[in-house]
Amino acid sequence: MNESGAERGAAWLTRIGLDQLIAKLKELGYQVVGPRLGDGAIVYDAIEGVKDLPAGWTEEQEAGIYRLRRREDDALFGYNLGPQSWKRFLHPPVLRILAAEKSNGEFRILPPLDRPPRYAFLGVRACELAAIAVLDRVLLEDAFPEPNYLARRSELVVIAVQCTRAAPTCFCASMGTGPGVRSGFDIALTELGEGFLAQAGSERGRGLIESVEHEPASEDLIRQAEEAVADVAARLVRRIETQDLARRLQQALESPHWDDVARRCLACGNCTMVCPTCFCTTVEDTSTVPCDRVERWRKWDSCFTESFSYIHGGSVRTSVRARYRQWLTHKLSWWVDQFDMFGCVGCGRCITWCPAKIDLTQEVSKVVASG
Amino acid sequence: MSATAERILTTTRARVIAVERETHDTFTLTVAPADGAAFEPFQPGQFSMLYVFGVGELPISISGDPAEAERLVYTVRSVGQATHALVSRKPGELIGVRGPFGTSWPVKEARGKDVLIVAGGIGLAPLRPVVYHVLRNRDDYVRLILLYGARSPRDLLYRKQLAEWGRAPDTQVLVTVDYGGLSWRGHVGVVTTLFRQLRLHPAETAAFICGPEIMMRYVIRMLEARGLAPQDIHLSMERNMKCGAGFCGHCQMGPYFVCKDGPVFSYRQMQPWLDVHEL
Repeated sequence: MNESGAERGAAWLTRIGLDQLIAKLKELGYQVVGPRLGDGAIVYDAIEGVKDLPAGWTEEQEAGIYRLRRREDDALFGYNLGPQSWKRFLHPPVLRILAAEKSNGEFRILPPLDRPPRYAFLGVRACELAAIAVLDRVLLEDAFPEPNYLARRSELVVIAVQCTRAAPTCFCASMGTGPGVRSGFDIALTELGEGFLAQAGSERGRGLIESVEHEPASEDLIRQAEEAVADVAARLVRRIETQDLARRLQQALESPHWDDVARRCLACGNCTMVCPTCFCTTVEDTSTVPCDRVERWRKWDSCFTESFSYIHGGSVRTSVRARYRQWLTHKLSWWVDQFDMFGCVGCGRCITWCPAKIDLTQEVSKVVASG
Repeated sequence: MSATAERILTTTRARVIAVERETHDTFTLTVAPADGAAFEPFQPGQFSMLYVFGVGELPISISGDPAEAERLVYTVRSVGQATHALVSRKPGELIGVRGPFGTSWPVKEARGKDVLIVAGGIGLAPLRPVVYHVLRNRDDYVRLILLYGARSPRDLLYRKQLAEWGRAPDTQVLVTVDYGGLSWRGHVGVVTTLFRQLRLHPAETAAFICGPEIMMRYVIRMLEARGLAPQDIHLSMERNMKCGAGFCGHCQMGPYFVCKDGPVFSYRQMQPWLDVHEL
């Protein structure tokens, strides 16, 4: 730790500097997406400037509970995670993948739509950086890149925000993804009082910091930021024991605890929709009434639906037990076989947004114990 | 877009050349490229995603001769909206094709051995390319044994070809049905009952199985009891598929994506998972 703050690309940004940063990104042609209030939650959406950020808002989270709350200060990033993840921009919930039209009895495939926007994400948490890395592994780094994801991902600018508080549903530390951000960002911000410690994670990030009003960050400020993140690690309540977990779950496929979960699980699929790494999709065909122009739309799908595993003669996973087991074992076991990593980053969204208050961390330990 | 992604994810148009009725509900479609460029060569056991304009897309095994790359042949059983639309195409009409996808029957590794094919129902379709391959490269293999079971005589595919294959040298074709009816003079019983008529050389046999999962499980038990090693038994799995390329997630079975890690697996790969209920 002998480098000075400046050598590490660290700077102090006021809210004016942050506003300039957003403006700069817009000027460079990026669509800036960040946190703002919407639908009774903090959601990610297009933002124009600091004025759109959820100043003074935070949230209360527990299994099956999410409530917006006022903070005593006016912190811009004083919350943890809303229901949405960045997945909805990189791997959109609904996407047209084919259009064709028919004339004189012959169909013709139409050229694809224009390029998607170039995104700049503001407010990406450590677990969410890890989730983007998981999606990269699945959709970019396997046999070949999935072109729709690649088009959105390749020019992405990531401005991360360090967590200085933890929700009771967070378990990033045990998944090895947080609370501190380590890589995969252009700039990492730590909100300290009225301003931000901004640390560059890439040359592009360094250039962006240089382009707005900033001051060199003191060693003291950097230490203060490090302590704030370290405090979060100490406050995490939930955890998953990941030692040998992939193998232990495969030995527990017939655990009686799956039946216990199945009695509570509504198979609603909420956990898969809010999960930042669930990537499954289905396809829907639409057509005009005379059927001369048709489209194929790719849509997020959930392994909790019965139709998900349908083949002629019936679905493979008819029981809720089998569907919950598929979801959990995919996240924490099969994913390791398939991609050499867990498919869970410890964000806790599946716990918060489960209407039946099913807590992944508890179910895992019970399954493994009873397997 | 990389060349591979382009090939896998882009639908190309193909023209239906022939539609032949195989049984009361099953048809064989032959298609040729509609826009000039030749089809990608395929290996026995691979499948395509076939698209019917405005109706949908579905995974269908290639049932033709891999040496005849200028055409693609598919045998389709009409069981739902999309398969019905597919078999209702008339010669001259267009469909969309993506692929080929997936792993193939290890016909190279089987050289110098007996090839034992066990098929149930429509499961014969993805195995027919193996028969074509073996008959074309007859000196590379010792015996060709085909055990084929169907529900009833009217469900038997490729009846003329079965008779022809049975007359080829060093080739044994045994057919059985679950329900025979009055005019059936052949064998009646599930496909495993045909094993009584066989003498296997377990160390020199490559077994390829495709049919309903329950049938494949019993055939595997039979083969294991006769001394075949798990790595010499191969099977083709079926799962729901939307993309064919490992992205949609539908075809997962334990650690595998059936579309890209399969559909053809060795029993050594499948052994831990095949009997897990609703995996």
